[in-house]
Amino acid sequence: MRKLTHPEHLAEWKKRILDERPVYDKTIVVTSGTCGQASGSLRLIEALRREIAERGLAEKIGIEVTGCHGFCEMEPSLIIYPEGIFYKKLEPKDIPAIIEQTVLQDKIIPALVVEDMATGKKYPRQKEIPFYRKQMRLLTENNFRINPERIEDYFALDGYQALAKALFELTSEGVIAEVTASGLRGRGGAGFSTGRKWEICREAYGHPKYIICNADEGDPGAYMDRSLLEGNPHSVIEGMIIGAYAIGASEGFIYVRMEYPLAVKHVTLALEQARRQGLLGTSILGSEFHFDIHIVQGAGAFVSGEETSLMASIEGRRAFPRQRPPFPAQEGLWGKPTNINNVETWANVRLIIDKGAEWYAKIGTEKSKGTKIFSLVGKINNTGLVEVPMGITFHEIINDVGGGIKNKKKLKAVQTGGPSGGCIPAEKLNLPIDYDSLVQAGAIMGSGGMIVMDEDTCMVDVARYFLSFTQEESCGKCVPCRVGTRQMFELLTRITQGKGEAGDIERLEELAATVKMGSLCGLGQTAPNPVLTTIRYFRDEFKAHIEGRACPAFVCKDLVAFYIEPDLCVGCLLCKQNCPVNAVSGERKKLHVIDQALCVKCGACFDVCPSKVQAVSRLTGKTREKIAT
Amino acid sequence: MTIEEIVKESGPSQKELIHILHKIQAEFGHIPPESIPAIGQHLRISPSEIFGVLTFYRAFALEPKGTHIVTVCLGTACHVRGGVRIVEEFERKLGIKAGQTTADRKFSLETVNCLGCCAIGPVVVVNGTYYSHVTQKKADSILEEYSDAGRKP
Repeated sequence: MRKLTHPEHLAEWKKRILDERPVYDKTIVVTSGTCGQASGSLRLIEALRREIAERGLAEKIGIEVTGCHGFCEMEPSLIIYPEGIFYKKLEPKDIPAIIEQTVLQDKIIPALVVEDMATGKKYPRQKEIPFYRKQMRLLTENNFRINPERIEDYFALDGYQALAKALFELTSEGVIAEVTASGLRGRGGAGFSTGRKWEICREAYGHPKYIICNADEGDPGAYMDRSLLEGNPHSVIEGMIIGAYAIGASEGFIYVRMEYPLAVKHVTLALEQARRQGLLGTSILGSEFHFDIHIVQGAGAFVSGEETSLMASIEGRRAFPRQRPPFPAQEGLWGKPTNINNVETWANVRLIIDKGAEWYAKIGTEKSKGTKIFSLVGKINNTGLVEVPMGITFHEIINDVGGGIKNKKKLKAVQTGGPSGGCIPAEKLNLPIDYDSLVQAGAIMGSGGMIVMDEDTCMVDVARYFLSFTQEESCGKCVPCRVGTRQMFELLTRITQGKGEAGDIERLEELAATVKMGSLCGLGQTAPNPVLTTIRYFRDEFKAHIEGRACPAFVCKDLVAFYIEPDLCVGCLLCKQNCPVNAVSGERKKLHVIDQALCVKCGACFDVCPSKVQAVSRLTGKTREKIAT
Repeated sequence: MTIEEIVKESGPSQKELIHILHKIQAEFGHIPPESIPAIGQHLRISPSEIFGVLTFYRAFALEPKGTHIVTVCLGTACHVRGGVRIVEEFERKLGIKAGQTTADRKFSLETVNCLGCCAIGPVVVVNGTYYSHVTQKKADSILEEYSDAGRKP
């Protein structure tokens, strides 16, 4: 590895990397991010290596291990190039057939091909799969081509060329003008203009200046930042160096949450490599610009994703937020001007510099430009990370990309923006997604979590879940947040236990207003949002819990009972064997009975009762009271 | 490594505090109380400040944890797919509540807000190994894997 001391070295270095790269007949690419590994990608890679070695094919067939490809539902998966054949949900035992039939004989194995749930049509090629076809993968496309542990792969795809362009062809004002003109807005949630933010920090008085990459992706249900850092860390680092040059910063920090060990590993490695190649440190690429980046690991506090708390955490203190102004751009880390952006925002920078603001501004809507990565999770067929242009509707994402709702259930709502966001009901989902339309609907863009909920999801329980989260994560500095979220949580708990009283909904609304108004930071100011939007759109469900002591979705345990219909039970023992607390009694071919006193309402019996029997029924409200007595 | 050695590896600045605590936690499985004055002397900050920081963050524990750390994800995606049921199953099987350690110090049960593997939930992590699509049944077999009779010591 050599040190690059002139911008022209980049092109020479790229050429050498491409010349020296071994040429294979076929290359097999295995996705191995955290979720890939959790589904068994490491065993798959081992089996592949063994099979190829045993057959003596090591010189003809290459294996590449990359980060997340986004189609998490199908993992562990692999793609065979040059054809781009995509195989899903693999096990090590599938490997010999794949090598024998597909790699050596170009035959497709139908059982391993992705299939459209509705039409049954099979899609052997990755590019043709509806999940990918409807996306616009500007930031995530290179995750297919990069081994995140090798900086060479990034150079081969013109990595750090945008940095060279910024350093040698543009002034720092020019970079800011370009980013401002692109219309890029912060991807962390609030959506402030990135160019404007940089400008404020650049103009602020003080030395040194710092920049921070906020990778404390705390919103449960959002993991696009993890995927970018794990799969393509250099794209984030390149964006940061360009930003530091524009702002005039000399030191940068990447604050990664500790729950992402693989991201920490890949970023640490990427920083070392960039430093050795002369892309960090003094005289970057031979210019007069000096800059370095440090990695800081979080310690498991949600509030440290808030910018002032995050800076306190980097300084080695408790992650307490503080009053703004002064804004971080004026007084940030150690009182110096500091610019803080989210991972995805930084990853966009190199695209804008490389292809120009004009090109970028053509993507998206009038006020929200570019693409956004969403993590499409919950009760949806194609779970995964999807990158789509701003302005796409929820329906397009859920039906076209996501392949509809799991088990053909009915869509009920979509939750966006994590604990700060809200639930948008099914009838509003023809809304084009951009920063402003989501705020109007009562939710926020947030970092991009999109949790799909079906008819089996109880909205009161969802509201309670988010409040249990925020009341636990409240740092305790502001009383309305510390005590208010707790009170709201307890009220919601009582409602889910069937102990709700008339006036509880109004009390929740009143508390929500107080918490919103009286909290210092974003955590408290937005914590009531999940409650307010669920009340706004699902008031009937709250009423059912309070007035009818019923949970229409059969989720709230205290309002639900499981009961075996005597005329339907065939005595197959399945429910008895699966009951974790031995509440089911009965013998083979004889009627089974659930002991209501022992039952913990886990629903295992309901799930295992064969669909043609359906003897276990769920009761709530008045019907439940009959058997409970 | 001893506490002294770990502490001395970092520079004498408060920004190193969380980093040092991470390293001690990794080495000992918890933060031994005697490490607090040692850190304080090196970084020139008061023990109360250090105590404040280490009790603020979820990552650090003053009590030793079990040999096997079972972490159940309760992120939104895992929640709507029944993550709570999984926690309850572990609680029943281990006879402890989330956040506790069994009397024989074999197992600690913990919950986490989100591991970012939302597509494959409910997710459980045992000593760094991830398990996807966990059901109550699978939860039992995971525990068996780590029990005395199981494969993994």
